[in-house]
Amino acid sequence: MTTRITIDPVTRIEGHLRIDVEVENGKIARSWASGQMWRGIEKIVLDRDPRDAWAILQRICGVCTAVHAICSVRAVEDALKLEVPLNAQYIRNMMLTAHAIQDHIVHFYQLSALDWIDVESALKANPSRAAHFAESHSDWEGNSYAVMAHTQERLKAFIGSGQLGVFTNGYWGHSQMKLSPEVNLMAVAHYLQALEVQRCSAKIVGTLGAKTPHIQNLAVGGVSNPIATDSEGVLTIEKLMQIKEHIDQIGAFLHNCYFVDVAAIAAFYPEWLRMGAGVNDFLSTPDIPIDTKGTRFMSPGGYIQGGDLSTFKPISRFGDTYFTGGVAESVKHAWYTYNKGAGELPPWKGETTPAYTEFQDDGKYSWVKAPTFYGKPAQVGPVAAVLAGVATGDRKTISYLDRLNEKMSALSAEKVGPSALNSTLGRHAARVIRACLAYEYLKANWQLLMDNIGKGDMTTFNKPTFPKGTIMGVGQEEAPRGVLSHWVVIKDGRIANYQAVVPSTWLAAPKNDKEQLASYDVALLGTPVADPARPLEALRTIHSFDPCLACAVHLTDVERNTDVQVTAL
Amino acid sequence: MTRRSTGEIPLPSIVKDSVRGSVVEEELPERTVVLGIGNVLLSDEGVGVHAIKVLAQRYEQSNQVEFVDGGTAGMELLPLLEGAHHLIVVDAIRCGQPPASIVRLEGEQVPAYFKTKLSPHQIGLSDVLAALAFKGTVPGQVVLVGVQPVKLSLGMELSPEVSVRLEEVVSMVETELAKLQSCTAENRRICNNLFL
Repeated sequence: MTTRITIDPVTRIEGHLRIDVEVENGKIARSWASGQMWRGIEKIVLDRDPRDAWAILQRICGVCTAVHAICSVRAVEDALKLEVPLNAQYIRNMMLTAHAIQDHIVHFYQLSALDWIDVESALKANPSRAAHFAESHSDWEGNSYAVMAHTQERLKAFIGSGQLGVFTNGYWGHSQMKLSPEVNLMAVAHYLQALEVQRCSAKIVGTLGAKTPHIQNLAVGGVSNPIATDSEGVLTIEKLMQIKEHIDQIGAFLHNCYFVDVAAIAAFYPEWLRMGAGVNDFLSTPDIPIDTKGTRFMSPGGYIQGGDLSTFKPISRFGDTYFTGGVAESVKHAWYTYNKGAGELPPWKGETTPAYTEFQDDGKYSWVKAPTFYGKPAQVGPVAAVLAGVATGDRKTISYLDRLNEKMSALSAEKVGPSALNSTLGRHAARVIRACLAYEYLKANWQLLMDNIGKGDMTTFNKPTFPKGTIMGVGQEEAPRGVLSHWVVIKDGRIANYQAVVPSTWLAAPKNDKEQLASYDVALLGTPVADPARPLEALRTIHSFDPCLACAVHLTDVERNTDVQVTAL
Repeated sequence: MTRRSTGEIPLPSIVKDSVRGSVVEEELPERTVVLGIGNVLLSDEGVGVHAIKVLAQRYEQSNQVEFVDGGTAGMELLPLLEGAHHLIVVDAIRCGQPPASIVRLEGEQVPAYFKTKLSPHQIGLSDVLAALAFKGTVPGQVVLVGVQPVKLSLGMELSPEVSVRLEEVVSMVETELAKLQSCTAENRRICNNLFL
């Protein structure tokens, strides 16, 4: 018997995503991930001054405002071959990494942890045993008996007042919830602490970016933060020292709490290290540039085929032709049409002409385009970035992977080798490793900035000049959800074409021209679903990608008929 | 009106020091956040942000009343909303009313409304409110001033129909702020500054 399940919208994500699956004999046999809102916001910058594009384009997504803004100025700088002063690179790197850390913490605790922890079960916990468990695995200050007891009291009051409804369909008591009441209580305590800590990251972005959620300090050619060692209203040493305090607090939470929690959940749900594998080809881009030209980076990136690390091909600089020559987008199953019936188009020649049909299982069914790298779908995101780190022998990446296994070994016999990363819980593991690496980069860039200022270099901006004629540029970024690229064509100083190929497009895409599935669908195939009315298993896998459809798609309002409507949270 | 609990839980001192000093300050008088959300790139979708821009130009930001351009932000709004006592949201909403209608929702209607599938930022706001409720720092009073959009196509201008009603939207927010006048002496002072 086949049961069709439609989850629309998938909640506790950013943006609007719909998942349709067919369950046969208790397992998912077919899957259609689709974006149900039109995209094409890039059109708004056509014929505008390229120096203004970033401020407009940071509005395409509410989550990654700074991420899109920085990618946009990188695209224009690449077109101009404009060097970026070191101070500006460091400041941008700090904003990117602080944002990534906040994004990862919120994703794990606020958006996906409820797939694994049963909040109601925590009421039955013995707080003293919960504290004992937590303290035996980490010396995090927030693991004491007082914290556990107080958290349980709060939870009792919260559930008692009937407010648990804010998490409607939290799937409490689902047969696949396997943590002990004590571990659930610890996780609830950390959920609340994560809400506090993520603010440290927000403050760093806010201090550097002058405003949050929309930063104000960017410019094509650098940043607009004047640096001074004494005066008010600019980036002073005092402000930089405050930022350092936030960095230290973030580091303590990442290492002693987030890292340990991921290891614990992986240890208690080991089967999810073998389920939910997405596309087995991985694409990442180098990021955190530490020179003015975008040729030297802290975070490596490149392409891996078939999950085989020996096939790693590096992308070695911003604008690398190996990258720009490989990316194209298909619209065979997306609600767009290409002029002259072209198959796939590279982004610089990209078109965004809507062609809406109904949801057609075998035809068009999504507003998301299908990007490919040299003709194939690719998995982007923390797994791809960690694998690139392992493939290049990056010491920091390897040492965090080792540490994760060390933590897990205290709880279970499971190992998270590189191949296990391509799984539902492997993606959470890769994400916490990337969060820790982002912390390392943040700390290092803070120091580099201080040292450079110490040398008397206060430069933050190189003035751009736009030539006559047509130039093209690409902005690359290893964003929290994976490779982000902005593609700009500039003619006589005005924007002639603009396309953003966003991480969730790579992952949530419909089938491409060759009928190949992207990662969300690949990962769902074969997933067991114990109770079609409460498809917790499907949500675990989809949430593990940290879906963010806000910038992949946008607004439409269409009534749909479905066999089973599940409004999941 | 008495001050709501800030949902104090025992926290590691390092975390406590870092966060308590700023937003959730016990000594602070009641704080109201006026939050405009929406996408300014999609015509009327951005009406909330347009209204905030008018308000922010008209009044000075203070510790008690903050005007926030939330754009399409989701969880990024957490730190901004945390510890606010009153939240006034301005947004484009599809409520089945005639084009450019203005509606007001309050209390429980608001989170319930945001749980429906309307637009990306709205789902995000429901998650933010849920997380804050869990923590015990959800705003005590939530009011939504909504506008039925006329045009949602690509463009940075409001439709003429919504544009002519923008001032009404703004004055509805002003009315909401005035209602808070009686809340505390401090609020009264601000409201006086606002309206006299």
